[in-house]
Amino acid sequence: MQDAVPQLPFAPHLQRSAIGDTPRCELGGAWNLHALEHHLVELQPALAECASDQRCEWDLRQVQILDHAGAMLLWRTWGKRRAAHLLLKPEHEQIFQRFDLPPESAIPRSSYNPLHGVITVGRGVLLLADHVLTAIMVFGQVVLDALYLVRRPANIPWREISASIYRTGAQALGITALDGFLVGVVLSYLSAQQLKLFGADAFIINILGISVIRELGPVLAAILVAGRSGSAITAQLGVMRVTEELDAMAVMGIPYTLRLVMPKMLALAVSMPLIILWTNGIALIGGMVSAHAELGIGYVYFLSSLPDAVPVANLWLGLGKGVVFGLLIALIACHFGLRIEPNTESLGIGTTNSVVTSITVVIIVDAVFAILFKDVGIS
Amino acid sequence: MECIIEIRNLWTQFGSNVVHRGINLCVRRGEIMSLVGGSGSGKTTLLRQMLGLEKPTRGEVRVFGIPLHGSDQDQLHKLRNRWGVLFQEGALFSALTVYDNIALPLRELRTLDEGLIHDLVMVKLGMVGIEPHHADKMPSELSGGMIKRIALARALALEPELLFLDEPTAGLDPDRSESFVKLIQELRHKLNLTVVMVTHDLDTLVALSDRIAVLCEQRLVVVGTLNEVVAVSNSHPFICNFFMGERGRRALEAVKDAVLVT
Repeated sequence: MQDAVPQLPFAPHLQRSAIGDTPRCELGGAWNLHALEHHLVELQPALAECASDQRCEWDLRQVQILDHAGAMLLWRTWGKRRAAHLLLKPEHEQIFQRFDLPPESAIPRSSYNPLHGVITVGRGVLLLADHVLTAIMVFGQVVLDALYLVRRPANIPWREISASIYRTGAQALGITALDGFLVGVVLSYLSAQQLKLFGADAFIINILGISVIRELGPVLAAILVAGRSGSAITAQLGVMRVTEELDAMAVMGIPYTLRLVMPKMLALAVSMPLIILWTNGIALIGGMVSAHAELGIGYVYFLSSLPDAVPVANLWLGLGKGVVFGLLIALIACHFGLRIEPNTESLGIGTTNSVVTSITVVIIVDAVFAILFKDVGIS
Repeated sequence: MECIIEIRNLWTQFGSNVVHRGINLCVRRGEIMSLVGGSGSGKTTLLRQMLGLEKPTRGEVRVFGIPLHGSDQDQLHKLRNRWGVLFQEGALFSALTVYDNIALPLRELRTLDEGLIHDLVMVKLGMVGIEPHHADKMPSELSGGMIKRIALARALALEPELLFLDEPTAGLDPDRSESFVKLIQELRHKLNLTVVMVTHDLDTLVALSDRIAVLCEQRLVVVGTLNEVVAVSNSHPFICNFFMGERGRRALEAVKDAVLVT
């Protein structure tokens, strides 16, 4: 049979005729997917026309190649049953046999539900509760691990902690410096325009000092770290979940909260304040350069007045926020990483959610800090 | 005899590590060609080169007479619609349902209407013995055997003439690999398939292969029927270990008569 197939089969074609009163439809050429792909548009109307007459006699004996796609096309033309008058090559008979038991449509399409809106909101609330609950559980486990390590300090995963500090801290210095510098320049430049109007040039130091050290530095650094390290942590844990590495650790008796989650939280709690200090410094340098260019304020004057303009409590507040932000970013990133299901879509969604959530939480917590410490460090 | 796949003087080198040293192979129309070799012998690399996923350092791979490297995109695109591939782990798109996985290649043609696609998907599912109610499941909800079957249905979606199987029975229990082998045998005749298979599983190898290519020490040491391969086993330690080890003997028991003829 294979040899009967010519090297270059003809395009599928269709010939309509009539013997006496009976219409006839002769099919020839290759009726397979690859040939039909290009001829479907012109063939379909002709087929439909042939099929419109029940008495039509179908002659498929000239068909050289027939595959499931071609057969199915005809089958559908015939109204999902065998044509009443059909002439067929014997070897093509078996293709149609499978269609004789037409599988019922098996894809249940969800119908419209009037309570859809309510259900969506309810699901959202439950999901949020679930997130909060599991995040607290992860945190609780980390606290238990920490207590365990206090009793057995030999088990502290120093290598993981130091590797995490390097990745989340040292490797983030470049990007935080660039962003910090630019924010400092822009803030200083725009403030200088306003201050010039009132002749209050010297206050640029107060404005820059307070805003950068107390607010902008910590939040800017936290957002960058959340985007950079938070996504990396979520993706790493997610892939480990997908590849069953987490299970492998569990069966070896290595608790993954102790080896993966806690080192990351500790590392970010250490590196975050350091990055904030670094970002603050660079942002102030940027502001200083801009203030010098715009208002003619000397570098020495700027630096020597800074301690008077900004109470040192602001610095401690900023660094303290950094520790909290670091812990939260790592906790949220790990939480989302551990929730990832073994498929690629979940990995993408989990990583996005992790970053969005940690940035949002950073801003919320920052607002809480602003309210709680409103009397601290502002003279 | 016409070669569906033709490999000419193929060399593969990763750095200073030579994996293939002048390989020549012709896969004939309608046969099942099995590729065997020890771990790390470059079977999978060779398969990937036949699929155009990797480029050999030197040499040429032609599939349906079209060189895989150096042909224009249009030709290659048409070529890729003529073959189907069953990956070892199935490689079903985890974000899509079973139905959408099989419908995807059909939809990509952009000429078929949804109704026809639906019926074709259902026929393919029936062909591999998957009940229609599994169609809206996600791949993560399926067992390994079902994933293999559905991946096979997807590989067959475009009515290919050539089918690549990478370890088709790895990870299946004996009962399931038995039925999977039967399924491939049955479909192969129904659909006039040419099959290229990489496998470690001796039972699968013996049951399915028309010819076997043994890859060892960077070369194809022998290409031939099971009898021909077993006949040279004395001269080659790898073939000897592979077929004449305890497991090999057991698998060959089934076709003992055939082997004794040689």
